[in-house]
Amino acid sequence: MANDEVHSGRRRFLTATTAVVGAVGVGFAAVPFITSWKPSARAEVAGAPVDVDIAKLENEPGMRMIVQWRGKPVWIFKRTPEQLKALATLDGNLRDPKSDNPDQTPAFAKNEARAIKPDIAVIVGICTHLGCVPGYVPEMLPQPFDSKWQGGFYCPCHQSRFDLAGRVYQGVPAPSNLEVPPYHFVNDTHLVIGVAPKGAA
Amino acid sequence: MNLIERAVNGGMAWINERAPGLMPVYRKHMSEYYAPKNFNLWYYFGALSMLVLVNQIVTGIFLTMHYKPSALEAFASVEYIMRDVSGGWLIRYMHSTGASLFFVVIYLHMFRALIYGSHQKPRELVWILGMLIFLTLMAEAFMGYVLPWGQMSYWGAQVIINLFGAIPFVGTELTEWIRGDYLVSDATLNRFFALHVIALPLVILLLVVLHLGALHEVGSNNPDGVDIKKLKDPATKIPKDGIPFHPYYTVKDLFGAGFFLTIAAFILFFVPTFGGLFLEHDNFVQANPMVTPLHIKPVWYFTPYYAMLRAVPDKLFGVMTMGGAVMILFLLPWLDRSPVKSIRYRSMISKVMVALFVIAFVVLGWLGMQAGSTTQTWVARGLTFFYFAFFITMPIWTRLGTFKPVPERVTMHD
Repeated sequence: MANDEVHSGRRRFLTATTAVVGAVGVGFAAVPFITSWKPSARAEVAGAPVDVDIAKLENEPGMRMIVQWRGKPVWIFKRTPEQLKALATLDGNLRDPKSDNPDQTPAFAKNEARAIKPDIAVIVGICTHLGCVPGYVPEMLPQPFDSKWQGGFYCPCHQSRFDLAGRVYQGVPAPSNLEVPPYHFVNDTHLVIGVAPKGAA
Repeated sequence: MNLIERAVNGGMAWINERAPGLMPVYRKHMSEYYAPKNFNLWYYFGALSMLVLVNQIVTGIFLTMHYKPSALEAFASVEYIMRDVSGGWLIRYMHSTGASLFFVVIYLHMFRALIYGSHQKPRELVWILGMLIFLTLMAEAFMGYVLPWGQMSYWGAQVIINLFGAIPFVGTELTEWIRGDYLVSDATLNRFFALHVIALPLVILLLVVLHLGALHEVGSNNPDGVDIKKLKDPATKIPKDGIPFHPYYTVKDLFGAGFFLTIAAFILFFVPTFGGLFLEHDNFVQANPMVTPLHIKPVWYFTPYYAMLRAVPDKLFGVMTMGGAVMILFLLPWLDRSPVKSIRYRSMISKVMVALFVIAFVVLGWLGMQAGSTTQTWVARGLTFFYFAFFITMPIWTRLGTFKPVPERVTMHD
């Protein structure tokens, strides 16, 4: 077919549509590669609930158990009445004293102690700043990082501070309170981490 | 003509006939690439970074032959390399010392550009490509440090990946996507291995080719900041102040390489961990997801940025400060409005600012390694402020003061 005329409009159209179709194809081809980076099915299954016997917390006040849930450390410890009383006095120094952010605090734990039973604390021990494990400093004594320390957690990485309910102090890099995992009591000395109490969100 | 000469010439002719474009490439980049004749000590570091890159690739290939990229076996396989593989300790220390020396020469190379105005027009593209190499190198070094699966590997990865968690809305999912798990785990180690040994090295090699290609288009700057192409020999069209890269600078760089290798060998054989700076003490303990080391810090070449991250008492803003501190370097060619290139002819205020900048950067690097008392945090805040002020006010102070006249030709001090 002899045609000396050059249809530059048509050429531009064909070039543009080819480029667009090609780009869409590349986009779709990239999907399996990008999704391959997501947590695998095996990693998702590993998040099964954990059964914990907390009878030994009675042995010693201030004792703390660390169990692994979804690979994260979960702290279980008992707070003394003095420590619980001190929690209420700290509200003015905290960023989210009422635990209003549901990302870290499920509804069943939205109280001063952030717990089902006020004395038993169950908290995920991962700093909400950059994921370090804060140190446990339960003594209500002046500390190098806080002269009016009422007990709590101190992150070695970037000096974030939390009280004994895992609530974050103001003026530290961590943006939010430590996470309370879903958990419930089977009986007085047994709890399951990973499943919220019946009837609770 | 003897037999060998005939064979070589015949071989050359055979290749030239089939690939006539090869010799012009050689001439353009080596024997007829005219570089200014007044290069000084600062001009060693580009060639030295190439030398270290080759070292990293060669030692890296041999390390992968013994290393196991699995959370269960990684730590033990590194110990196996250090203790049981013949010469394994040497190859591993060449790689780990090489990583730190890479940043030494790269930082000096970048500083050279800063003081002699090598980023200024027409070399903006060279600077940008160099910055991209720097960024990729940071990712490469970070992922490499995760592979031994020690405590610092693990918690360093945890902190750096969580930096992305500061991004609003998608942060948490993004960090899970990067890790391939809900925490740093085997999946993370495995993909970092893939990126470290093949993906990023390929990117770095490509960028190095582009960096050199862009440089050879415009030609090298020099300590006087004089454009040598302005004054050419009318007969040969060769810059009067230029000398062929090969053999003049290949020989000079060889001498520099010898000197550099002497220092590198000393570190390698006598202080391979450099007192915990090149390989941190906590990294000789296997990764434990349940316990964070009491004093966590990155390797020395990241500490200036780490100090800035810690200085800001807010997650998102801290991450932005840290990222911004690196990204602002990309803008250097446009922030610098000095009418002269080289610091030799710049005003006193420019010299003072650059000197203060060096002090601020070094002190920030030191602060990033410390535990962080209240005083140190405030000093870090002040210096972070200065770091950004240095760049943001650069369009002003680079124009202030009296400049010395730039000579017509390069100066030689001989």
